Amino acid sequence: MSHDQNTRSALVPSRRGFLGVAAAGLAGVMLAPGVRLIEIAQAAPLTAATGASRQVRWGMLIDSSKCASGCTACVTACNTENGLSGGKLPTDSQWIRKIEIKEIRTGKTQSLPMMCQHCAEPPCVDVCPTGASFKRADGIVLVDKHICIGCRYCVMACPYKARSFVHEPLHDQKADVPRGMGTVEGCTLCVHKVDRGEMPACVTACAEAEHGAILFGDLNNPESDIAKRVASYPSRQIREDLNLNTGVRYSGI
Amino acid sequence: MKFVLRPLKDTGFGFNALLAGFGFMLLLGLGAVGYMEHHGHIVTGMSNQVVWGLPHVFAVFLVVAASGALNVASMASVFGKTEFKPLAPLSGVLAMALLVGGLMVLMLDLGRPDRLIVTLTHMNFKSIFAMNIFLYSGFVGFVVAYLWTMLERRMNHFTPLAGFFAFVWRMALTTGTGSIFGFLVARQAYDSALLAPLFIAISLSYGLAVFIWVLILACHAGDRPLGDALVARLARLQVIFIAAGFYFVLVYHLTNLYFTKHHDFERFILLEGGIYTTLFWLGQMVLGCVVPLVMLLHPQIGALRGRVAASAGLVMLGGLAQMYVTIIGGQAFGLVLFPGYQVSSSFFDGVTANYASSLPEWLLGLSGVAATGLMVMLALKVIGFLPERLDDAAFAPHSAAHSAHSAA
Repeated sequence: MSHDQNTRSALVPSRRGFLGVAAAGLAGVMLAPGVRLIEIAQAAPLTAATGASRQVRWGMLIDSSKCASGCTACVTACNTENGLSGGKLPTDSQWIRKIEIKEIRTGKTQSLPMMCQHCAEPPCVDVCPTGASFKRADGIVLVDKHICIGCRYCVMACPYKARSFVHEPLHDQKADVPRGMGTVEGCTLCVHKVDRGEMPACVTACAEAEHGAILFGDLNNPESDIAKRVASYPSRQIREDLNLNTGVRYSGI
Repeated sequence: MKFVLRPLKDTGFGFNALLAGFGFMLLLGLGAVGYMEHHGHIVTGMSNQVVWGLPHVFAVFLVVAASGALNVASMASVFGKTEFKPLAPLSGVLAMALLVGGLMVLMLDLGRPDRLIVTLTHMNFKSIFAMNIFLYSGFVGFVVAYLWTMLERRMNHFTPLAGFFAFVWRMALTTGTGSIFGFLVARQAYDSALLAPLFIAISLSYGLAVFIWVLILACHAGDRPLGDALVARLARLQVIFIAAGFYFVLVYHLTNLYFTKHHDFERFILLEGGIYTTLFWLGQMVLGCVVPLVMLLHPQIGALRGRVAASAGLVMLGGLAQMYVTIIGGQAFGLVLFPGYQVSSSFFDGVTANYASSLPEWLLGLSGVAATGLMVMLALKVIGFLPERLDDAAFAPHSAAHSAHSAA
């Protein structure tokens, strides 16, 4: 009996100790992700913490006279950056493509990249029933993959054929670029890079290919190169009859 | 005389066989949905060039026909044509069943049908799709209320009011359906306010054609007499509705032919579009319009029951052809980004898109028809929606004034 009591009294402290350690461990397990999230949030760029600024209007000016026919550096860079397969089947996603145009009357040919034009008045955003298609304060048009129901009305409404529907299961996605089968996607203007203060992948690739046909910047900042160029030289919007005020402008066509 | 509504009893082998057939077709359709959801839309004929395929053809046809099917009831309650009053409950039930069947197909063809609830938790009120959610649910609500006032004797005096609201709502609903396409400003095939009245006109035609089939089949299954005079009246209405649909199609193409920027699109649909041109002329115009008109312009048309049924069938086939040309032909003709330029790219710019429907799409589309059929047949079997007699004597003038309904 006394032996039992001794054993029990010897056990009680160790059980308490165990419970204490377990509680501390559990608290650690539960708190650690939160602490980690705080760390990530603090380490995130300014845009992620404060949200996109209305003062900024990100845009591109594409000089088709510098764009070389047959060069697909921008397309390849986009596919690599965003984890796209690069397939050319009718069901494959193509966020940016090279278009060859030939004026029927004169025979004059030109080459230019075409992607989401990041309209100020985007028809895709107007028609989206759930608001999954949306425009950020800084003018970047995106799709919220969590509330896209895959109705494809935005694909029907886009004047630029800039949206793709994901037709099959995806593998090896990029951590920065969430995608999903059954949802719609398109050029994000490499928003994950822009928020880090970097250039979109197509812009960098075009410069590295020594064409420098794509100028990226803030259309709202009068001191930026793109704003100065747009203010000084002729440029146009594709389907400007629709009056969508596109963020992507073209010169040389 | 008094019209007594009774459920269908002692239905024979044909009724049960059709019921089983619809049930089997619905199961096949649901199996196809599971297959499509597992593998993605890669197993359909749809692509990034033609994103709305055959399921949309069936879905839009059924939704458009739904509002038209209510027209028989509207004729009685809104336009005072008392001879259609005994048919009003069947008209309401058919309208609801068609709408539910069409919406089922539309919803199950979504990329993420599991997120249907998101359409209620996140709404963009500028989207005509979001507005249509209210138009569709409102339509069902109004028709249920309308049926209640018709079938519940104490509520009968509210029938004209409920009928009026249901009529106004169905006009809004079909305007909304037409506007889904009409608001697509960038596409050559759409971008026309004419699509709203065009859809209203064709809804009358499709809806009545479906109603005529359901009425004839139900009367046959329930061994209920159906008078030649009533069939002749429905046939004459069908003539007017076909003509109205034809008028708007004519105006739509004439305006496009006037605008130079649409000439290429008109050349595509009317002359060089392959399957779309064939479906337009042979399906939509000849089989869906000209032949039924000729068949129905006989003075003794009520007695020619087979001819009325055949013309209604042709209107439905022509309607499916019209939806195919409108929805898929409109997408197959590529977007015009650079007018006056020849265009080429890896993303099929400047070329006519290919589309070949796949078996799962057929099964899904037909399952909408099956769901509609099942709902109507079960409703007729369980609840009294069909009068015991619809022969000419029942509609005699001296007795029509005393017509009334009673629930089974």
